[in-house]
Amino acid sequence: MNNFEPLIAVFSCHYCSYAAADLAGSSRIQYPPNIRVIKIPCTGRVSVNHILKALECGADGVYVAGCLEGTCHFISGNFKAKQRVQYAKNLLSEINMEPERVQMYFMSAAEGAKFANVAKEMTETIRELGPSPLGQNKSE
Amino acid sequence: METELRIGVFVCHCGINIAGVLDIEDLCEYAGTLPNVVTVQPNLFTCAETGTSGIKNAVKEHDLNRVVVAACTPRTHEPIFRASCQEAGINPYFFEMVNIREHCSWVHRHDREAAQGKARDLIRMAVARAMFLEPIETFKSKVEPRALVIGAGIAGMSSALALAGEGFDVTLLEKKAEMGGLLRDLHKVAPSEVGAGELVEQKVAAIKQEGRIQCFTSATLEEVSGYVGNYSATFSSNGNTHTHKVGAIIVATGGAPLKPMGLYNYDGKRVITQSELETKLKSGKLDAKSIVMIQCVGARIPERNYCSRICCMVAIKNSLHIKEIAKDAKVFVLYRDIQAYGVENEALFLKAKEAGVRFIRYNLESPPVVGDGNVEIYHPAMGKEVPLPAELVVLSTPIVAHDDAESVSRILKVPVNEYRFFLEAHAKLSPLDFATNGIYLCGNAHYPATVREAISQALGAASRASIILSHDAIERVGTVARVDQELCSSCFACVKVCPYQVPHMDEGGKAMIEPMQCQGCGICVAECPAEAIQFGYVSDAQIMAACEALCA
Repeated sequence: MNNFEPLIAVFSCHYCSYAAADLAGSSRIQYPPNIRVIKIPCTGRVSVNHILKALECGADGVYVAGCLEGTCHFISGNFKAKQRVQYAKNLLSEINMEPERVQMYFMSAAEGAKFANVAKEMTETIRELGPSPLGQNKSE
Repeated sequence: METELRIGVFVCHCGINIAGVLDIEDLCEYAGTLPNVVTVQPNLFTCAETGTSGIKNAVKEHDLNRVVVAACTPRTHEPIFRASCQEAGINPYFFEMVNIREHCSWVHRHDREAAQGKARDLIRMAVARAMFLEPIETFKSKVEPRALVIGAGIAGMSSALALAGEGFDVTLLEKKAEMGGLLRDLHKVAPSEVGAGELVEQKVAAIKQEGRIQCFTSATLEEVSGYVGNYSATFSSNGNTHTHKVGAIIVATGGAPLKPMGLYNYDGKRVITQSELETKLKSGKLDAKSIVMIQCVGARIPERNYCSRICCMVAIKNSLHIKEIAKDAKVFVLYRDIQAYGVENEALFLKAKEAGVRFIRYNLESPPVVGDGNVEIYHPAMGKEVPLPAELVVLSTPIVAHDDAESVSRILKVPVNEYRFFLEAHAKLSPLDFATNGIYLCGNAHYPATVREAISQALGAASRASIILSHDAIERVGTVARVDQELCSSCFACVKVCPYQVPHMDEGGKAMIEPMQCQGCGICVAECPAEAIQFGYVSDAQIMAACEALCA
């Protein structure tokens, strides 16, 4: 259990958080290698199904990272995403899964350090929660 | 009909940027084991000529129909590789990019083993996603080489003239009976000392001479439909209704100084506003020998907490004009903070002080009290209340949005803020654009502006609009949502969720998305409970495939 390395899926919007991840890269800010970014045009593109699918397919945690509140490139996509993330959290609670496995984060394209911190924070959170109960994922 | 998927994967060393951390040979070997991958090639620099021609050759040699590049960020390099695909004869959207530099080698330098595993995962996810890529075509839409300018104040007139100068026809709407806007009532424009009236007359004369501008006065905008390059605007003017086809729209509806009803005994006679003072100055009817100006009247207060920006300079300008007419006139300016930004404004501020204009600061907690013939103010240096002689009290009130801003906002489907000033798409990246393509803004409609700023913005907005108008047709990439009407259950979810109000119900009661208007965010796609909205650019199948490939 101590060696548990969580697998985390990140839905990252093209305009802000994906750019923040790029900036973390060009600034060489190191963060845990546990996240796998799935790029989408806007976090509003992410449906509850996508979040659940990532969990079902072996992710121990999922987060949606969008633009700062009020600065979504598509005006309100990140608010919609926030609602859907909350919906997914409620579903997890209903089946006795930790809702903390799904999170919503907001960051600007200029916040490379925040992207790295969020990756770190989420990795630690999930590491503490342990492997997902759905996790037939790990080969070992 | 189904053609066999043939995927080519190209893995970039990016010099030592990627190869210094990741084992490229291993990644290539791994990619070769993935389903439908027929060729894998490493490149020293994939974006260099050898790399892109390598992609083109491989497409031909191996008959590839999907290309995956594992390299740096798609935010900078995707267009280069899409172009290579297109040149090689496959749809540029049959391309998927994996970021193993910014998202991997650069950020996991100290854990090579994990980084290698992550890079493999990312490539696997991209290959999985690539299997569900859909071809995306561009389409064209004709552009109407005419602009609609709403508002014929200094901003609107300047925009209209600029556009006409570039050879475009302009429909100029003015809600009042005459063009000119706010400037009609003003005295002189600081710091140039140009008469506001002269400035207006010059512009009006130029517009009347300009055959390309059709001005409609006493006009009201009634309806606007269509999209960039192809709007249809219906308006009434002097009892007649007109419909004009326009390619671009400029919102220059302006603002008006707040009427300070109920504030500081405002009566329009002995207590007046700065613009009423300017009318007096213009007509030479100012005879008061003691004048007290009060700044921030109705501004920077809880219910209207913005700074109107221009009122400090208006007060400084007008106090200097008063001093010019009557050197011995006593002028006091009671202020909370002075905004005299820039070299010229600061110089005018100093000039006013030198001319004997007294500036006294007050707090919102202890505002001045307007009495009969005087104004009481707590003087911070004297530490007590002092009465100032005031034959005339002038209130500096903020520019507020017009009442009809909301209706214009509704008709154009562009946003206003809580004070009903129009809201640009992005404060820094596109300050003159609305989020809706082909609609621009300038002048006081956006935020209180000086004449000079309003003209600069107007010229900027005209320039933005001319980018659209100068094309015969606009090409648009089809990265847009489409409704499969067979599946639509007419629930209005897409209509409600779209931030751009693009989806609507057609005559058959089924949702419809005009491709020219769709911004391609995909919000409606995720919202549609019937999964009736197709989004080939980022389809559910692609996202699900990437999820399924999270684990090997």
